Amino acid sequence: MNIFARIGRAVMTVLAHIGALALFTGKALAGIVSPPIYFRLILIQIMRIGYYSLPVVGLTAFFMGGVLALQIYLGGNRFGAEAIVPQVVVLGITRELGPVIAGLMIAGRVAAAIAAEIGTMKVTEQIDALTTLATNPIKYLVAPRIVAAVVSMPILTLIGDSIGVMGGYVVSVYSLDFNGSAYLKNTWDFAHNDDITSGLIKAAVFGFIVALMGCYNGFNSKGGAQGVGNATTYAVVSSSILILAADYVLTALLFHK
Amino acid sequence: MTTPKIQLIGVKKRFGSKVVLDGVDLTVEPRSSLVIIGGSGTGKSVTIKSILGIIRPDEGTILVDGEDITHINGAARDRVMKKFGMLFQGGALFDSLPVWENVAFGLIQGRGMARAKARDIAIEKLAKVGLTQDVAFLSPSELSGGMQKRVGLARAIAADPEIIFFDEPTTGLDPIMADIINDLIVSTVKDVGATALSITHDMTSARKISDKIAMLYGGKIIWQGPTSGIDHSGNPYVDQFIHGKAEGPIKMAVKA
Repeated sequence: MNIFARIGRAVMTVLAHIGALALFTGKALAGIVSPPIYFRLILIQIMRIGYYSLPVVGLTAFFMGGVLALQIYLGGNRFGAEAIVPQVVVLGITRELGPVIAGLMIAGRVAAAIAAEIGTMKVTEQIDALTTLATNPIKYLVAPRIVAAVVSMPILTLIGDSIGVMGGYVVSVYSLDFNGSAYLKNTWDFAHNDDITSGLIKAAVFGFIVALMGCYNGFNSKGGAQGVGNATTYAVVSSSILILAADYVLTALLFHK
Repeated sequence: MTTPKIQLIGVKKRFGSKVVLDGVDLTVEPRSSLVIIGGSGTGKSVTIKSILGIIRPDEGTILVDGEDITHINGAARDRVMKKFGMLFQGGALFDSLPVWENVAFGLIQGRGMARAKARDIAIEKLAKVGLTQDVAFLSPSELSGGMQKRVGLARAIAADPEIIFFDEPTTGLDPIMADIINDLIVSTVKDVGATALSITHDMTSARKISDKIAMLYGGKIIWQGPTSGIDHSGNPYVDQFIHGKAEGPIKMAVKA
């Protein structure tokens, strides 16, 4: 094939996907704000997306806080700055690692589950069946998941932040001989409200990305088992990339002086 | 002359470069039962999905009760959708919900009926298709294929639709269960006084459930007439199809 035709086709495919995603996002947002609003489904999704993600977010946050404390201690040791551990741990976790790690864990756990569930519904005509029963699939399937993810993620992140700081505390006090009460006082005095709220804003955006990419890829799955498998992969990969890209943009916006 | 229940005028649909519907003209009279026959991939499903608004045709007009529904959306679309019920080929039951909630779905979500009342109606509709009350609380995945079709049928008739669509109602069933489903289709359609539009390639089923048969080939309706006339249609395509012969004017595309 002609090289220009190849490039042209690739560009057109990318543009078509961006356009389709933009239209889907618009429909999803319209579905969230216009009645009927399915409160029961939102609560069910908060349980599935938020509550059942607590163990994985808590565990990763704990180890992340611990390893952060260890690395900063070892790094700071090179120029006699070991004492800065509590401050860097709380800053790193609340501003960056808390929301990003929670986001990536949710991308793996939730985006995959959403894409697989909606993808299977698509290939078994369950989504068409919703339409024939006078129910808008976007409102019934997409809106509750997005609302639930946007509500759940900041709460998960706040819990993850606390557990992460705890992880840093445990390693610092029991392995690196820090004074426990001094560690907590340094953490408490150093952290600003801005550090925490910026992380929670990021978390809400990441929740939106994860639910949106899960739903979008599920709705666009084609064929049978393989199509659903592909949709699941795309959902996880695309939401992970978008989380990291959005993280940079949000950091630039939130902390731009 | 009465207004046709459903009327398709010059409906065309293509996917990429593949023309699926190439000007379909079709009329379904009120309270009649029309079956569209045709080989796999001839656009039977696309025809039904176009009427349901799941697929938007590229050209042509679709009228329901004389109202042009080709391009309507939102609340107007919802109002028209309430006239429809559909039995899907694979059942398309919601596996996250128990059987009764599947049947009651259109009543609860589409019409805002109270759950307790909708459950009573669901159990009553399940009885109509020969399923007992204990089935109502099972999950769809616990049912056999024939039972899933029955639940799908109960769901299709739950909201007393004016028009019921049947997509390959007997595919994947043994001959006896297929006949039972055919009987149920005939009796339930009569019972709710509905208009029926079905697609199938099972001629036994087509003969049993239809008043009229139309054959779709090459994206067009190439023959239609009363069911009693199908054996002497004089159309070589129809003859080949109803007798299931490999030899004839219809050439099956062997490639995927």
